[in-house]
Formats: sequence, C-alpha cells, structure tokens
Amino acid sequence: MSARSSRRSFLKASLAAGGGLLLHAMLPLPARAAAAAGAPGGATLNAYVTIGADGTVTIVAKNPEIGQGVKTMLPMLIADELDVEWSSVRIEQADLDAAKYGRQYAGGSTATPQNWEPLRQVGAAGRAMLVAAAAQSWGVPAAECRTASGVVIHAPSGRKLGYGALAAKAASLPVPALASLRLKEPNDFTIIGRPLPGVDNAKIVSGKPLFGIDVTVPGMLYAVFQKCPVFGGKVASANVDAIKALPGVRHAFVVEGGRSLTGLLPGVAIVAESWWAAETARGKLEVSWHEGAVRTQSSSGFAKAAAELAKETPQHSLRRDGDAEAALARAAHRLEAAYSYPFLPHLDLEPQNCTARVADGKVEIWAPTQLPGPGAGLVAETLGIPESAITVHMTRVGGGFGRRLRNDYMVEAAWIAKTVEAPVKLLWSRADDIQHDFYRPAGFHFFKGGVDSGGRLIALSDHFVTFGHGGRVADSAGMSAGEFPAELVDNLDYGMSTMQLGVPTGPLRAPGANGLAFVFQSFLDELAHAAGKDPLEFHLALLGGKDAAGTSAKRSRRSDFDTGRLGGVLELVAEKSGWSKRRALPAGTGMGIASYYCHLGYFAEVVQATVAPSGDVKVDKVWVAGDVGSQIINPSNAENQVQGAAIDGLGEALGQAVTIEGGRVLEANFDKVRPLRIDEAPPVEVHFRLTDNPPTGLGEPALPPAIPALTNAIFAATGTRIRELPIERAKLKRA
Amino acid sequence: MSFLIEVNGTKRTVDVAGETPLLWVLREKLVLLGSKYGCGAGLCGACTVHLDGKPARSCLLPVASVGAQKVTTIEGIGETPLGRRVQQAWLAADVPQCGYCQAGQIMSATALLSKTPHPSDRDIDGAMAGNLCRCGTYARIRAAIKKAAGLSTADARTP
Repeated sequence: MSARSSRRSFLKASLAAGGGLLLHAMLPLPARAAAAAGAPGGATLNAYVTIGADGTVTIVAKNPEIGQGVKTMLPMLIADELDVEWSSVRIEQADLDAAKYGRQYAGGSTATPQNWEPLRQVGAAGRAMLVAAAAQSWGVPAAECRTASGVVIHAPSGRKLGYGALAAKAASLPVPALASLRLKEPNDFTIIGRPLPGVDNAKIVSGKPLFGIDVTVPGMLYAVFQKCPVFGGKVASANVDAIKALPGVRHAFVVEGGRSLTGLLPGVAIVAESWWAAETARGKLEVSWHEGAVRTQSSSGFAKAAAELAKETPQHSLRRDGDAEAALARAAHRLEAAYSYPFLPHLDLEPQNCTARVADGKVEIWAPTQLPGPGAGLVAETLGIPESAITVHMTRVGGGFGRRLRNDYMVEAAWIAKTVEAPVKLLWSRADDIQHDFYRPAGFHFFKGGVDSGGRLIALSDHFVTFGHGGRVADSAGMSAGEFPAELVDNLDYGMSTMQLGVPTGPLRAPGANGLAFVFQSFLDELAHAAGKDPLEFHLALLGGKDAAGTSAKRSRRSDFDTGRLGGVLELVAEKSGWSKRRALPAGTGMGIASYYCHLGYFAEVVQATVAPSGDVKVDKVWVAGDVGSQIINPSNAENQVQGAAIDGLGEALGQAVTIEGGRVLEANFDKVRPLRIDEAPPVEVHFRLTDNPPTGLGEPALPPAIPALTNAIFAATGTRIRELPIERAKLKRA
Repeated sequence: MSFLIEVNGTKRTVDVAGETPLLWVLREKLVLLGSKYGCGAGLCGACTVHLDGKPARSCLLPVASVGAQKVTTIEGIGETPLGRRVQQAWLAADVPQCGYCQAGQIMSATALLSKTPHPSDRDIDGAMAGNLCRCGTYARIRAAIKKAAGLSTADARTP
C-alpha cells in the first residue's frame, strides 16, 4: 500500500468513526480568532499548533497523561515534522473537545498507532504553510525553500525568516492537501528517536500541583462518599442527622443512585470543610444496607463452581480445529492441568477523585480520567444537563492502568456538587479505591495437551470457566477464538462456560492478556518439559520454525499476527539472557521464558529467579525483547514503560489478589494487596528489535509475558509448577 | 485549636483539630499540594516529609505532635544543596512515569543521602522500601540516588 493511499484511507476511517480528527485539525483558525485566543502576536496554524511572534511554539497534547508518556510523545511527532527545536516547544494540555481533537483517551496502547501518521501530518501541514508564507514574501517558488530549527531558508539567495515572523501570514493561507504533504524520511528525524524527558518532570520533582487531587477551586468543599460494601447494595437508612452535627461537616445525605455499576451508585455523601473532617465523620457513620443478592458470592465459591463446571462439557464452543480428543489419545505425552488467576484491583496510587462545580446550568469538571468523553456523557445523563453545558478539564493522572476508563467518581462528584450547590472535591480513601474497583476478572482454565514422539504439539484443549450470563461474558472476561496458539496446532478445542457475577469487572493493563498469557505460556512450558524439549525450541517450532530465507515458514491466518515477529523477539531475548547457558545456574535458581503478542506489540521475556528453602522468591533479573515496529519514538520513555510493565506483572504474580467474600472485597490497603517495592524489584534489561512495521504502543504489551516467565523460572528452579496466582510461598517451601 | 508550625522555613499558624494529620494541614490549610495522599496508613510513602531532616509519613502524623520540629516538604527541599542535587538527578534520569509518588521518593532519598552520602544498594533498599511506585520506576530511582551521590549509576547488583 502506498503512503498516499494509506493517508486517504485514514481520512475516510476518521470520518466514518465520526471523529473528523484530521479535518478539524487541519482547519486553521482565522488570524483574528487566534488573537482573540490570547496569543499576542501569535497565530494558530491549526488546532494543535500556535506559533508566537517570538518563535515560541505551543503544541497541544490532546490525550490524558496517565504516566504512559503521551503528553511528551504526541507533541514530539508534531514538532519533528514542523521542524522546530524541541527546546522552543511549550506543551499545553487540552481540555475535552471532540470537535477539535477527535477521540481523546488513554487506553489500549493506541496512542502511537493511531497518531503516528496523523500528528506528523499536522506538523508537516504547519511547516508547508510556513514555507508557503515565506515563499510568497520573497516571491520565490516554495520548492526552493527548506526549513531547519524553526527557520525557513531560501537556499539560492541565502535569505532566512523565522517561523515567528511568518506565523500570522501562514495562518491566513489555505491548508495544504494531505496528498501534497511529504513526511520526513526517518534519517531526517531530529526529535523522534531522541530520549526526551517527560515535559512535566520539573513540576513533578518540585511538587507543583498537576494531578486531579491537587485541583483547588475557590469556595470548594471536600467530600467522601460511602457506598455499600456489597456490590449492588442500597441504603436502607443512615444517621445523617448525627453526622451533620459533627465538627466541620456541612452536609450529609443519602444518594439514591441507580442500578448500573458504572454509573451513580447508592450511598451516603458527607461534605465538610476539609477532607479529613469528612473522613473522620465517616468513622461515625452508621448505615443500614439492603445488601442484595450479590452477598452470596465469594472467590472460594467461584473456584468450587468452576471445578464443577469443568467436569461438564463447555457451555459454549469458541473454536474447534481437527479432533483434539482423538489426537490426545494417540499422543506420546499427555498432560492435564487446571490453572486459575484471581480478581485484581488497579491500585492507582492517586485514589479516584474529581472536583466539580455546578452553577447556572453549567458543569465544570476537573478529573483524572482516561476517557473524558463518556464521563461527560454520564454526567449529562445523570444530572439531566445537556452535554454541551459540561466542560471537562483533564488533569495529569496519578496512574490509570484501565481503572479510569470508568468515570463513576466523576458522576459522584458532579452529583454531590449539584446537591450542595458549591464546588466539591470528592476524594476516595484507599479502602474505597480497592473495594469499589472494576476488577480484572478471575479466570479458570482446564487444559489438556498432547505431544507426539517427535516433541511436536499435536493437541490442545482448554475449557475456560469465566463470568457472564446467557452467552455474554462480563467486561474483560472473554477469550477470543484466535487465542494463541490457535491456528498453530492441528487439533485444538477451546470451550467456555460462565458463572453469574455481581462484582464489577473491567480492563486492567493488558486486559485479557494479563491472565491468558500466564495460563497458556505456563501450560506450553509444561508440555515442552514433558516432551523433553528446550522450551525455547518448543516455542520456535510451534511458530513454524524458519525457512531457508530466515523468515517464518508458517504464518498464522490471523491477519494481524505475524509468527515471525514473535519468533524474532524470542531469539533475541534468548541471546541477550544467555538462555543456552542456563544449566550452569546454581541449584535453587532457574530461568523461565515466555512470549506474547497483544496490543500490536510482540514481547518475549526471560526471568531468572531464585527460590529460597523458605519458599521466598527473589527475582534476580528480567530480560525483555520487544518488537513494536520500525521506530522507538522516545527511547527514554520506552525503556521506562517496558521496565514498569515487567515490574507490574511480577507484582501481580507475587502479591496481588482481591478476595470476594459475602459479595464484598476483603482487602483494603497496600499491606494486603502488594505492588512490588524497590527491594524486590529486579533489574530489567530492555532490547528492541526494529522491524519494517508501523510503530505501535508500549503501555501494555510488555506486561503479560513477565508473569509466565516468572512461574516458568520457578519451575526450573524448584520443579514446582505454579498453576494458581498469586504465587503462594508455602507451596515452594522445602522441608 | 491553633498550632504554630514551621514549614519550609516559614512559621505558620493553623487552626485545626490537634489530631488532624499533618498531610491535610499542608494540603488543605497551607495549599502545599506536593505531598500526596496514597494510603492513609504509612504503607506507600507518597506523603513523606521531613521533620528536622528525618523522613516522616505525614498522613499519620497528628499536627499536634509536630511541635518545634522543622517541617520540610517537596516544595522546600530544593532550597538545600542536597535536595537540589536530588531533584536534578531525578530530572537527568527521567525518573517519573505518572509522577504521583515521586515527591515522596525524593523526600526519602534526600533523607537517606543526608545520613548516608554514599549509599550501597542495600542502604537504598532499606531507606526506599517504604515508598511505593505503582508504575515501577525503581531502576531509575536507584540510578538517580546514585547519581546524586556521585556514584556510578550502573546497577551494580549482580543477579
């Protein structure tokens, strides 16, 4: 496909999606509008770029910054093609404005693939307009002009004009046709590919207010909101009059709420002169709840029910290739294993919070959110106010991980602010945050696998027991028919059964993959060992080996999945980790390998772990090899993301679960749900394999393989197979 | 009740209940928003400040117990040469992802370096294990501490 036709198809796609991103982005504001926007002497070239008379370039960062680095990375794309010095660029965080910016969100590791070309086009269009302005001023053909570091140069005459001097004229010129734009060749990048620090770093290290929790509005009150500990419960009665009499408390009231777990829930709001006063008053709150039907649900109950369901035929067939049963019967080595993983919380370090002001029929929201648009929609619907009357300011977000794709805290703040007729900052306590999450759903997998005498995987079946009802699975609780290694095994059977769940679930960093990679990559490791094969060789054989030209001989029919790229990162990580020399490791120390493809990224990881006789697991080191295409846009952030994702995965495996009992979550703080700490965090060595593919995102895909690489390492170190998360030290204790 | 506390070199009078944790006095009364709430239980370290140069979890510290001890917060740490050096090391190492924990990390790191100018990896583990980074920027936190200490920033730990 030529670059031109791909641009045209982008334009079409964006119109079809209703976003109109590019067209809007390309509409230059008239010079007078730019002046009215308060940039003295400045000119707005398009929705993203304003150039001041002094040459200062202001670039709008359109998406929420949740720590994934987009507030730096997306403007880098524009700045490079605009051809300015990064040091002359100021970044401004956009408010929610779909008409100007199209979809604004943080999720799915999509910022890079969705913006790699369009935002470079935004920069290139701006550059073309500046060149046209200079050419007109000089009366020379634009083709004789070039740009460098914010200056247009007419080479034949040696004349130069800075962008600042050209901005006003450029803004009055027509927007160039997309097809006429020439993007830079990678060799000409001056900003893309440079390790640039985060644009908010100076504010972060000096404690400047940036986050949702830091928002201060004149006359603001502080709120806590107590919901029923049992999901779906309602308030029967509460001692709100007694609460109102407590020091500093201004308001206390019952919120009727609705039934949708993603909307405004029933509860009791306490609004006070300080958050501490509100939180202290909550200690005296007495609520009688109608707990409802979910109170009978528990983690242990689900595990029992899943084991019972596993004895039956799956309720739904996801995929059936060949005849797995017959192939199993003739396999030289047969294995059966039951795997499971628990409900997981998100543990954003900045607890859910939102500040809202409702006055004169208008709503103003300041929120740390990954998905501001639907948040505004939810507020509009719940408060009965048109969406056009709602302004959402996106603050920096103290951790997203998928939690803030839901905007329940936003509608709570808006409702409370409307009720008390004053600006309100709602802040959840840590217990609120852990006990009212949208959890990564638990999952149960019952595998059978068979390997022939040559060590080839000939049969695989999985009965996946998950949550749902009537053929519909709960949010983030599904498995696709293409789940790896589908299409690479001749006889394969994926079936699914569901259990009804009243606990809210949702996406957690690398949703689906964060559980599926663990179970499939662990079971494949089991099969490799059963066949007496090196797990690396077993994986490479599964991917089809190499043909004479060195490319993968076998292609999955899944159009978006390239077995050769996965094999490439497996080989790279094996080389970097010294995989072939692992037998020389001391007793009690082992290496595990795993790979996974998700969010358009290919990752393979090796973990080296040491298990003490006490059962304590120490992760010695992690090696990561990733393939996210042809270009690492910001190598500093890329390394940071990958290291963080690996640490995150290890933390989930070693210390995280929430326990449902009586329809509620038992854990309430970081003592019981443990992210990794610095003394437990291993060095993570990161390597990228650059391939001729469009660049893709890094927020998520490095996480999933870390977990099975760890559990496979524990097997190598101890001979004990971990089939249930989180890892229980008692199971690894040697007498 | 009224309390006189010294924060970042300035004496401030605040009128709050004596059991109010220092964190909320800083954030809501003095509008020093750099110290963060993360757990309210001394488990995450996001609220770390210094009392007479020693690290303290301000989310658990009643304002009445501060007395004459000098409070330093992230907003004031850059006033000392060491604090400034730590901040610069953080910038050079491009430590933050979301950034929410980093004020607490910097406060703990500065306290460590003031007591132990050339910390070993073990010293770093000991002083920093109370500060969670949910994004997992630990390798860079370690590197930044070593840089601020003038040590080699290579991760010296062998697997």
